[in-house]
Amino acid sequence: MASQSDAGAPDIASGRLAADEYARNFADLHPPMTAHEALVEADRCLFCFDAPCMTACPTSIDIPLFIREISTGNADGAAKTIFQQNILGGMCARVCPTETLCEQVCVRVEGEGKAVRIGELQRFATDHFMSHSGTPFARAPETGKRVAVVGGGPAGLACAHELARHGHAVTIFEARPKLGGLDEYGIAAYKTVDGFAQEEVDFVLSIGGITVETGKALGRDLTLDSLRTDFDAVFLGMGLAGVNALRAEGEDLDGVRDAVDYIADLRQADDLAGLPIGRRVVVIGGGMTAIDMAVQARHLGAEDVTIAYRRGRENMGASTFEQELAQVNGVRILHWVKPGAVIGNGSVREIELERTRLDEAGKVVGTGETIRLPVDMVFKAIGQTLVEEPLSGALTIEGGKIAVDAEGRTSLPDVWAGGDCAAGGEDLTVQAVADGRDAAQSIHRALYA
Amino acid sequence: MADLRSDFLGIKSPNPFWLASAPPTDKEYNVVRAFQAGWGGVVWKTLGEDPHIVNVNGPRYGAIHGPDRRLLGLNNIELITDRSLEINLQEIRKVKREWPDRAIVVSLMVPCEEPNWAAILKRVEETEADGVELNFGCPHGMSERGMGSAVGQVPEYIEMVSRWAKAHTRMPVIVKLTPNITDIRYPARAAHKGGADAVSLINTINSIVGVNLDNFAPVPEIDGKGSHGGYCGPAVKPIALNMVAEIARDPETQGMPISGIGGITTWRDAAEFLALGASNVQVCTAAMTYGFKIVQEMISGLSDWMDEKGFTSIDEIVGRSVPNIAAWQYLNLNYVTKARIDQDLCIKCGRCHIACEDTSHQAITSMVDGKRHFEVIDEECVGCNLCVNVCPVENCITMEQIHGVDPRTKEPIPDEYGNWTQHPNNPMRVKEAAE
Repeated sequence: MASQSDAGAPDIASGRLAADEYARNFADLHPPMTAHEALVEADRCLFCFDAPCMTACPTSIDIPLFIREISTGNADGAAKTIFQQNILGGMCARVCPTETLCEQVCVRVEGEGKAVRIGELQRFATDHFMSHSGTPFARAPETGKRVAVVGGGPAGLACAHELARHGHAVTIFEARPKLGGLDEYGIAAYKTVDGFAQEEVDFVLSIGGITVETGKALGRDLTLDSLRTDFDAVFLGMGLAGVNALRAEGEDLDGVRDAVDYIADLRQADDLAGLPIGRRVVVIGGGMTAIDMAVQARHLGAEDVTIAYRRGRENMGASTFEQELAQVNGVRILHWVKPGAVIGNGSVREIELERTRLDEAGKVVGTGETIRLPVDMVFKAIGQTLVEEPLSGALTIEGGKIAVDAEGRTSLPDVWAGGDCAAGGEDLTVQAVADGRDAAQSIHRALYA
Repeated sequence: MADLRSDFLGIKSPNPFWLASAPPTDKEYNVVRAFQAGWGGVVWKTLGEDPHIVNVNGPRYGAIHGPDRRLLGLNNIELITDRSLEINLQEIRKVKREWPDRAIVVSLMVPCEEPNWAAILKRVEETEADGVELNFGCPHGMSERGMGSAVGQVPEYIEMVSRWAKAHTRMPVIVKLTPNITDIRYPARAAHKGGADAVSLINTINSIVGVNLDNFAPVPEIDGKGSHGGYCGPAVKPIALNMVAEIARDPETQGMPISGIGGITTWRDAAEFLALGASNVQVCTAAMTYGFKIVQEMISGLSDWMDEKGFTSIDEIVGRSVPNIAAWQYLNLNYVTKARIDQDLCIKCGRCHIACEDTSHQAITSMVDGKRHFEVIDEECVGCNLCVNVCPVENCITMEQIHGVDPRTKEPIPDEYGNWTQHPNNPMRVKEAAE
């Protein structure tokens, strides 16, 4: 019997939309607040004692203080309060899932169900500062100490900045052509528009004392041993370069792609109209990457986009806000299904999903019941993994990530790690910043011990 | 439905809401619009002698705003009318004729000589206006010329001019008082002694509303310079309420009608002035902020509240709070209260805790059994009410009277009333006992 998979060629095309539609679809998700809007919103902050929002922030930004500074007309002072704890405060203001961090615990939620818009206020302050000024910090005199930072993402940038502030000479080694990590290559385009990621990189580097070497990957162009020989300390913040496989039949068919690779292409595209996208798209996964992929597929003109996730709504890594964002953008979210097989002849034409449930032990198991969806592209967004080979067995690994203590120290005395490649904490930009900053302070202490 | 009709010194108006002498009552056009909107009366903006004064041509107002740009306080350096006496008088006559049921009182300010007052009073009488208000209040511009608050700050002058006014007109005479004095009872007593029929208060308060931190000029700024101006609006209401109450309970002026002025913005503000002894109220800043329509809210609000409380006329409200104003020494020291935090309403902002911890009596927890939790420690609470005032949730913290033993002092609380004059720590009491 002829299956649908034999019928016709896959419908993958670029330029599905008019130029103004691309511009509209990829414009700022939250347009910046006006000065008056910021004043009115700042007035909602109660300046809580021992504020829960501050405790919930992985970088412990003094949120009540910076909001009060906004309310008194001192947006630059507010920005300095933010940068003091988080030099990537501008990006975090855009990409933090505030609804599960600071804004979740805002006492206004308890009072009236509506948190102070902390993320947007933070953006107001940091944008104001960055629009007219470089680094707010003075660099300490040169110490003569040299530190290697592997990876120029949020963890590496935060670490390098903090070390440079203390007067150390830092070299960032970055495998890709640009710094910024997932801020530049991952994360949905509508969350960080107008080249903000590079603007922020320049802002971070303006402290001075940081040398950048792009196109240098650990294991390919560098070894951990050589870094340890050439530098006084090494910080590893190279993220997770590997991607999980579906382990389903047909995974290698044309039209099956890693979501992170596709998003990187999208973020680097000069012209979004030149980016091919399927008419019918299925995204496998339940995290932020799955949502970013699905929503952007819709924004590129895909007609029918489904997220397939193997557990329930409450188990999704993506926040409720993100799930709803997908839904209002016309993405269908299917819960309790896992990929069975990808079907096609050279190119993917259909995907078979098996319904799932929890067994007595609480493990996800297939029920045997399957459904088939016609599809032109399948995106895998089921998590990234640490590429361990470059570490050549020198470091202790824990749960697939580099084992670190509370200060970011690895099992080697002169090597620290942080961000997504290190164990512990959520894989968020703000967590990476906290890791990098704290590791830098630990390195600084160690260099003078 | 409650009867809002007002009779102030025989001047009748359909409600007790008058517009105060100020820019909104400067000319026929504005006053007619006010009457159309429902205002019960107006005090026409202060008339002076010709040649008429001039005003600055730069900013006349400065303001204090809340973060949402709500206007909380307004200051002005405008003077009395800058139109000729004749034009004003013609318009007053015309409007009074067209609006016979509304009150029109004319505010006056002329130099401190009897013939000057006699002359202008005669001319006002010819307009058939209902009464006059002597402006002894304006703190800026005119006071430097020996008028306005320069008169209002010297009780002897008030008495003298009041007497002249009563001698030269059959119209009721209201004396408008300045708050820029140390004890409001003295000017009120002087007006009473001079034969004035009533006082109205407060006029504006001397003020500088702010400083421009770029060029260091005061606000409002006229070509780099600024003058002190008169402060008014919601921010001055508590000062005005106290001054009205001071006069209302002064035995020397008891029974003298008071027209209450100062930051009245809503029906509630008006009701408070009436309760503290004012027989009617005058409004300016609220109208200048929102337009004349606000009187409709004042009318319906006051009327609905009176219905709810069972009051049928304004007279039943006037002065109702006066017997409850006591000197501190007569407050009941055996009335012991403790703050109570409603845990269901508490949003856990911790402001009560930090206010009490840093600035008061360390009587509110921040952590109980390792959890963020705010509750009152009765052993420390003095019942000061600060937590109630800083709490952002209405009625979340309330004060509750306790009986028995005060956990703070460990002393029994007497059931009977007891005040400072009777307290053992009072040296005067000891002295009295020894005598």
